[in-house]
Amino acid sequence: MSMADITQANQTQGTQTSRARKANENLVKRFFRATEIDTRLLGMVGALIIIWLGFQVMTGGLFLTPRNLWNLTVQTSSVAVMATGMVLVIVTRNIDLSVGSVLGFCGMIMGVLQAQVLPQYLGLGHPAIWAITLACGIAVGAAIGALHGSIIAFLNVPSFIVTLGGLLVWRGATWFVTSGQTVAPMDTTFRLMGGGTQGSIGATASWVVGVLACIAIIGAVLNSRRQRKRFGFPLRPVWAEYFLTILGCALVLGAVSVANHYYWPINIARRYADANSIAWPDGGLQIPHGIAVPVLVAIVVGIVMTFIATRLRFGRYVFALGGNPEAAELAGIKTRWVTVKIFMLMGVLCAIAAAISTARLNAATNAQGELDELYTIAAAVIGGTSLAGGVGTIAGAMIGALVMQSLQSGMVLLGIDTPFQRIVVGVVLVTAVWLDTVYRARAK
Amino acid sequence: MTEQRTPLVEMKNISISFGGIHAVDNASVDLYPGEVVALLGHNGAGKSTLIKILSGAYRRDAGEILINGEPAEIGNPRDAKKYGIETIYQTLAVADNVDAAANLYLGRELRTPWGTLDDVAMEAKAREVMGRLNPNFQRFKEPVKALSGGQRQSVAIARAILFDARILIMDEPTAALGPQETAQVGELIKQLKREGIGIFLISHDIHDVFDLADRVSVMKNGQVVGHARTEDVTKDEVLGMIIMGKVPPKAIPGPGAMQMA
Repeated sequence: MSMADITQANQTQGTQTSRARKANENLVKRFFRATEIDTRLLGMVGALIIIWLGFQVMTGGLFLTPRNLWNLTVQTSSVAVMATGMVLVIVTRNIDLSVGSVLGFCGMIMGVLQAQVLPQYLGLGHPAIWAITLACGIAVGAAIGALHGSIIAFLNVPSFIVTLGGLLVWRGATWFVTSGQTVAPMDTTFRLMGGGTQGSIGATASWVVGVLACIAIIGAVLNSRRQRKRFGFPLRPVWAEYFLTILGCALVLGAVSVANHYYWPINIARRYADANSIAWPDGGLQIPHGIAVPVLVAIVVGIVMTFIATRLRFGRYVFALGGNPEAAELAGIKTRWVTVKIFMLMGVLCAIAAAISTARLNAATNAQGELDELYTIAAAVIGGTSLAGGVGTIAGAMIGALVMQSLQSGMVLLGIDTPFQRIVVGVVLVTAVWLDTVYRARAK
Repeated sequence: MTEQRTPLVEMKNISISFGGIHAVDNASVDLYPGEVVALLGHNGAGKSTLIKILSGAYRRDAGEILINGEPAEIGNPRDAKKYGIETIYQTLAVADNVDAAANLYLGRELRTPWGTLDDVAMEAKAREVMGRLNPNFQRFKEPVKALSGGQRQSVAIARAILFDARILIMDEPTAALGPQETAQVGELIKQLKREGIGIFLISHDIHDVFDLADRVSVMKNGQVVGHARTEDVTKDEVLGMIIMGKVPPKAIPGPGAMQMA
């Protein structure tokens, strides 16, 4: 049966089941209903594409190059990781203003651990240093989050105030760890988390990751179809399933291909060739970067957080709590514990983001993560998280982070000054939220 | 009282005050299996507060709650649910932003062997229960926010009966409903009664509940005016209890009864 036949068959079937309702729907509406694509997410992706194409034209073709896209994703990963947690915080009608400072503090703790403390006992460059460091950083982040969450949930201090205090306290604490001195350099293994030539997984591994992702997409589609069949629920039309699967796989493989078309800088490649006694070819040695480790970390965090938010009881409680705190309490949900857990999770994500940004900078500094709280909140809000609570998606927030970074990166390419960049970002934030408000008002 | 059985619920001498105001003052009510007791009174008479103590939303200052004759410790909504007490609140208490199935199972989600939410199983069960209550209901995928008042009410009721409640508390169950939906709720109450469930109906409008109830308990200013079997009193007499605190001859007066000169 050809695709057209399938479509035809489904249309006939559809008309029979609910003729009256479908008669009024045009082709576009039917497409969205059949594929169950979130139109808001689609709108955001559309905005992103417009921004990308706009910069592409304005920079004369500098923006949509493998190199720039690769760097863009690496620069996004730290804020994207934190934005996934910020979604849960904002969904429950809270806010976290302290994430930038907590990032700074966790980064400084991890910097001192790997550069000054652990080498004394394990020796410089010991392979376990990065793991111990990261584990300690995550523990510190979780502890700070638990403290914030407990004050908010059990002492009933508004989250705005608690985390505003946290913003000052942890920035100050960061300074105290080394009396303001910058700690460098970082452990070599730890630095892989920051990306760069070494911190990328190369062409072959990238394709493996891409193929695995495609298998996962196909598996997810089949599984959801099987589940719906088990209980006799209405199924998506077959053409819609094919469309979604092919689209998903094409995006994944396209992204891998882009990452694999960004090659090592020529002098690093030459040094590598010399060290491994590879003959230098005429056209230059082209070693692909592949997917950067921080991007991989961010994607894994995004998948795990989406799983937590949509597949686990905890995630269900987070959204119920945001939708109607009283109903959640009356339904017997331990709402205070849910709040504490959300802030702990946020702390853990700050630590992961701190690892990425200290590794990328190859140093832990006082000012690390300054203003990140605002970029994180902006990413979540641009990504469709409602400050009124109850609404938000992890994927949206990560795209929001990408939108913010795209704007900044594009303006850097255009040579726009920092003060003006901030003005643009501020205006975009307000405009995005206004557009979202209009959308919501229409949707009702 | 001709009843010799153990009451399903006995609330004895319950008091609670908020900032010096006695919202409920020395109130006692009881409920037998398969019985519908209407708790009547004006807005602010303390009936909702009294019942929120039973459902675990408030903690009593004084008094005793017996379930099946045994003292029950109810400190929060989870405790109440353990005793089989389910409540449908006046405000409906549904989470607007999640769908019907998620609301039905809120706090008691079904999970797969891996510990993840079993949404498909929950939706299947939701379709079954909602099909019994409201056969026209089809909007399982939409957030509850998008539903009409009657549909939201069906969701709230479905949630209460889904978990084999023995004691059902309905706070103004028909306040938000049209005539047809009100009749549906009436049918449902009769059906639940036949299954041996005890039901507290709370209302400030006697016409809503008089025909459904076996007994009425009337509250005024936080105190119980009196109890009566609906077959022994007229609507006007009950209205007299609600408005004036005047207890008719066949009713049993409580602490809040008007003192006869």
